[in-house]
Amino acid sequence: MKKRFAGLLAGLVTLALTQPALAEFGLNMRQGVTDISHKVYDLHMLITYVCIGLAVLVFGAMFYSILNHRKSKGHEAATFHESTTLEIVWTIIPFIILIAMAIPAAKTLIAMEDNSDSDLTIKVTGYQWKWRYEYMDGDAQGVSYFSILSTPREQIENAAAKGEHYLLEVDEPLVVPVNKKVRFLVTSNDVLHSWWVPDFAVKQDAVPGFINEAWAVVKEPGTYRGQCAELCGKDHGFMPINVVAMNDSDFVKWASEKKSAAAAAAGAADKEWSKAELLAKGEAVYGKTCAACHQPNGKGIPGVFPAIEGSPVATGPVDQHIAVVMNGRPGTAMQAFAGQLNDLDIAAVVTYQRNAFGNNVGDVVQPKQIKAKR
Amino acid sequence: MVDDHHHEEHPGGLMRWITTTNHKDIGTLYLWFALIMFFIGGIMALIIRAELFQPGLQFVEPQFFNSMTTLHALIMIFGAVMPAFTGLANWLLPMMVGAPDMALPRLNNWSFWLLPFAGVMLLATLFMPGGAPAGGWTMYPPLVLQTGAAFPFLIFSVHLLGISSVLGSINIIATIFNMRAPGMTLMKMPLFVWTMMITAYLLIATVPVLAGAVTMLLTDKYFHTSFFSAAGGGDPVMFQHIFWFFGHPEVYILILPAFGVVSQIIPTFARKPLFGYASMVYATASIAFLSFIVWAHHMFTTGMPLAGELFFMFSTMLIAVPTGVKVFNWTATMWKGSMTFETPMLFAIGFLVMFTIGGFSGLMLAIAPADFQYHDTYFVVAHFHYVLVTGSIYSLLAAAYFWLPKWTGNMYNEKLGKLHFWLSTIFVNLTFFPMHFTGLAGMPRRIPDYPMQFAEFNMMSSIGAFGFGLSQLLFVYIVLQTIRGGRKATAQVWEGAEGLEWTLPSPPPYHSFSTPPEVK
Repeated sequence: MKKRFAGLLAGLVTLALTQPALAEFGLNMRQGVTDISHKVYDLHMLITYVCIGLAVLVFGAMFYSILNHRKSKGHEAATFHESTTLEIVWTIIPFIILIAMAIPAAKTLIAMEDNSDSDLTIKVTGYQWKWRYEYMDGDAQGVSYFSILSTPREQIENAAAKGEHYLLEVDEPLVVPVNKKVRFLVTSNDVLHSWWVPDFAVKQDAVPGFINEAWAVVKEPGTYRGQCAELCGKDHGFMPINVVAMNDSDFVKWASEKKSAAAAAAGAADKEWSKAELLAKGEAVYGKTCAACHQPNGKGIPGVFPAIEGSPVATGPVDQHIAVVMNGRPGTAMQAFAGQLNDLDIAAVVTYQRNAFGNNVGDVVQPKQIKAKR
Repeated sequence: MVDDHHHEEHPGGLMRWITTTNHKDIGTLYLWFALIMFFIGGIMALIIRAELFQPGLQFVEPQFFNSMTTLHALIMIFGAVMPAFTGLANWLLPMMVGAPDMALPRLNNWSFWLLPFAGVMLLATLFMPGGAPAGGWTMYPPLVLQTGAAFPFLIFSVHLLGISSVLGSINIIATIFNMRAPGMTLMKMPLFVWTMMITAYLLIATVPVLAGAVTMLLTDKYFHTSFFSAAGGGDPVMFQHIFWFFGHPEVYILILPAFGVVSQIIPTFARKPLFGYASMVYATASIAFLSFIVWAHHMFTTGMPLAGELFFMFSTMLIAVPTGVKVFNWTATMWKGSMTFETPMLFAIGFLVMFTIGGFSGLMLAIAPADFQYHDTYFVVAHFHYVLVTGSIYSLLAAAYFWLPKWTGNMYNEKLGKLHFWLSTIFVNLTFFPMHFTGLAGMPRRIPDYPMQFAEFNMMSSIGAFGFGLSQLLFVYIVLQTIRGGRKATAQVWEGAEGLEWTLPSPPPYHSFSTPPEVK
């Protein structure tokens, strides 16, 4: 019975690993779309086959013995209990197999760690619970934005049907050109995160105060999805990574659109905004930036995240409110948003917080006021 | 000999257990404590599996989910598996080396009684403002520093658990070196005694390192030091180095005694001496040594330099050699034996097969480039549950069935024991085998909700987990039934049993060997 069970397991593993079609259903590692990811996949398959081969030998001997050397079959116990020759043999043979494994593994590792001669550098910063991408050079130099989970709350709470890319979709993906060596400088703003795109075989921890390097040359245009791979608190499961790889000409076009959008946003800060406009904008910013902790209804989580509803900050002097949003509260999960949000966003969200959730303070904060405080 | 009865006088009722300095009483306390913690940690595992039964958030908030994964690990490691092995050691070492009791009986009492307080302190954090610790059992900063009022209780609980382990280890080493019967040289000791001794040394070497690391966390949070904060000149990754310098030997602390247990059981039911005794001892010592120089394989993605990654990859792969030697020796012990398959043997063979599966996935994880894909996914979760549940826990269940007749004087119900084995084995594989696939397909660890493509395998795992959890209630029933009565056990208990503990009557006298036996 045991043998059959182990046979079934081995069969399932072999089936899973030899049928590429099944890979799409998520049984095996993805081959990915970079040279490195292919090498890693080959290494994974090699070690898997070595393990399956050894398993067949070792389990074969065990189960042969279990079936035949049993008292119920009248088998008499032998008395041998040591053999130096055997001990040496089964020390040396595994050692040789390990060396045979170590050589290709070391080669791949050396190739992975070669961060030199990149065409493009992108800084990736982990935040609780979103990613920020900043283009350090190339056509999109200066472009910077946050990338946040776009799966609607209703789907997570089972109030709506889940979409195809449930928990693997973001508002703004990272965009990279194909066939260019893109270097990622990975760091964090708060706790540890890990930036993982399985199709690139890139997983790099984001450590606050330190910069780690990783790189990829993406061969095919497409959308590649990953998730944060280091526990980073409450919404660790809700900060996916999307990378869109596109042809060079499309990338240049995307970069110039991004730049003009940023210029327009900067101009918007000088304009006088109506209360209705600020409230509408503020609600959107609140949903993306504040609701993860302070909750969509503004009630927070008692003992962990304070409520906005009736809070002394949101109903108190407006300057203090702005200061908390811009500078954060050191030593708590409240981040400094001065570097994350533009003047309009901060003005809008402060206005929204002061007038929503029954706070009804009534005042309006203009982007100019924020600009003056920077 | 004459005043044997005089020595057996002890207070009755509750005071017997609080004041006891007897190795059997303390062993029993350890084992019951471990069993209770096993069920508390198990309930937490079932909360996790209930939430993961389907995609979407159903039962718990993400923050509480993280508390469950954190406490499940801490309780299973420090509350269940480690105390269970110390309990076994307490019961068995004096009987195996021919001693009346442990070398340091009062210390023994203290090292046990620290545990319930540490356990209660840890569990009490569930009711504190800000919730229980939710930063993972590895307590990585800066996340763990976001813990609320529970934080100092977590640290002090880890301190107490650590002190208890170190005191227990001192006792084990003192007993083994000072209390052996005449003629029992080191290389004549049963393998369980050897593995407990090496484990005790690992604990003494590494627990103070953990204590140092968590104390640095404490001062970082409350006294403005910056050991692990880059803003003050520290380094968050340094914590991981210190933690895993403890943490990797710790995983051998959890498995070496299991090697010892299995090395006692397989020869008994194969009716054939353990194959390669000396090489088993050397392999255990080699594993213990290597465990100190492989720690950073838990950290391949933290941005280590290439040279470091290569070193830790090679040293980690090397561990496969002595581990392989052990598996081959156990197989050779079974080879051409005259085997019977009572429950302890079933669990020991289950250990042998499934621990080896865990060993294979461990070898895969050692390959650093592939580890970049495996790391922090369910593949790792599958790996360490194969070595810890079907490894450590299976050896503990095997040990319980093996020595229960000796401890209680009654035979357990063999039919129910076998049923327990087969239910556990089917469900444990249903739980953990699919996790290899979800991990390879890209599901990260420690997430309360997951993309749709992982739904089927997660549902299988959840069904398996509830089946496995419920099957363990059968174990409690069997143990209670055996304590209350049953067919009387002989002193020998098992036809093929060898060793000093089987020369004592079942149940053994309160003080094991009041005159040392002669070992030839």
